[in-house]
Amino acid sequence: MRYLKPVVFLACLLPLALLVWDGFHDALGANPIETITHRTGDWTLRFLLLTLAITPARRLLGWVWALRLRRMLGLFVFFYACLHFLTYLVLDQFFDWGEIVKDIAKRPYITIGFSAFVLLIPLAVTSTKAMMRRLGRRWGDLHRLTYLVAIFAVIHYLWLVKADYLHPVIYAAVLAILLGMRMWRGLAVVQK
Amino acid sequence: MLIKRPADIKPHEITEPALYRDRRRFLQATSGAALAFATSGLFLPAEAAVGRKLPDYRKNPRLSTDESPNSLKDITRYNNFYEFGTHKEDPAKHAHTLRTEPWTVRVEGEVEKPADYHLEDLIKSAQLEERIYRLRCVEAWSMVIPWVGIPLADLIKRFKPVSRAKFVEFTTLHDPEQMPGQRRAVLDWPYVEGLRMDEAMHPLTILAVGLYGKILPNQNGAPIRLVVPWKYGFKSIKSIVKIRFTETMPKTSWALAGPAEYGFYANVNPAVDHPRWSQAKERRIGEFLKRKTVMFNGYADAVAGLYAGMDLRRNF
Repeated sequence: MRYLKPVVFLACLLPLALLVWDGFHDALGANPIETITHRTGDWTLRFLLLTLAITPARRLLGWVWALRLRRMLGLFVFFYACLHFLTYLVLDQFFDWGEIVKDIAKRPYITIGFSAFVLLIPLAVTSTKAMMRRLGRRWGDLHRLTYLVAIFAVIHYLWLVKADYLHPVIYAAVLAILLGMRMWRGLAVVQK
Repeated sequence: MLIKRPADIKPHEITEPALYRDRRRFLQATSGAALAFATSGLFLPAEAAVGRKLPDYRKNPRLSTDESPNSLKDITRYNNFYEFGTHKEDPAKHAHTLRTEPWTVRVEGEVEKPADYHLEDLIKSAQLEERIYRLRCVEAWSMVIPWVGIPLADLIKRFKPVSRAKFVEFTTLHDPEQMPGQRRAVLDWPYVEGLRMDEAMHPLTILAVGLYGKILPNQNGAPIRLVVPWKYGFKSIKSIVKIRFTETMPKTSWALAGPAEYGFYANVNPAVDHPRWSQAKERRIGEFLKRKTVMFNGYADAVAGLYAGMDLRRNF
């Protein structure tokens, strides 16, 4: 278990490595910018769900060690979200601030996606040990924002597809299970 | 990475041939080279044509753009054809199951000569032309594509529609065995599209049977598809099995799936946004910076008259 964190760290970089590899080997298809946008978005969502699966994995499967990975996975959510946002800002819009502001104000799927990204920032900033100590009990309350971020992120995906809802619905179902388990437990605790 | 700087060439309107003759000669040479390269080994698109060859065709520079076409690879491996899956790479992967021989097209409705036509008979007596057209997808990307086809007007004249025929409705093959994407109800199959009679009769409107001088590959709508270059790509219905002349406006697939998002007309219009995204700009496949979308996809001189006096914001 000594190598757990470095190994997982490297594994989390694989999607990016593959993207870069494909980029250099002309394997991103006819519309590389779209491919980069989709892949960074997909991985943001996957890491988000993975982060939310840590607590249930510990409780249900007794994987106490998984808790050691939660902060790192959470920061990888932020990392891929940054790549996703930067792809939009630089590659897709190329700093066309007029269009970007219009997009964020007028396009609901962008409004909610951008909100999710902004909400991730305080979570990333307060992820250090020092901040955990300083915030005390409030740290846990603040980091429950992750639930909201995940809901926003899935809605962002649902609202952007044209007709085929299969993939966003799968993400929504997984998220519903992960959040449902927490609600179930919350109710059970209250009843006791 | 395939990120290129944009060309300085602006999208030209239909231009006097004399003015651009030299450039055209150069372009013909280079597109030939591009074709030779694209078909030489590394990549071959999943082609329909076992045995069938594209009949002779002539180029039509007057109705073609002089912008350089996208590569055969891009055109055949990045497109929407939901009958084979909803990702852009799906049609190239899955369209090999489509059987295009034999192929019949049923002509019915308000017409003097309703009949089932063999594809060969439809094409036989027609003059095939190469038309290099811009294609603008409703998803805000675009390409330049060298189609080979016949003016739809030529066929319609042969079918002799009666005066009640105000619209033309087209239907795609419905066969989940051949079109695995139809096993899921992503759209209400079969795919249906339509045009107003004057749009259908317009000289720019063609039925394409070829691409880059060869038989149309399955994933691009083989064996016969519509191409209406001033409208969003989804109007240009693929793998047509039925052409029906009607008095009332056809109910088209995307307009049924999202009435607030996709209209019957679907003319390219930078001023009328899709409710969920802007239509002001587009990414030409192969370019890095987005370019401004042009009214009627740059064909305004030829088609704006069709819509004189119409509120295009309401009739989107």
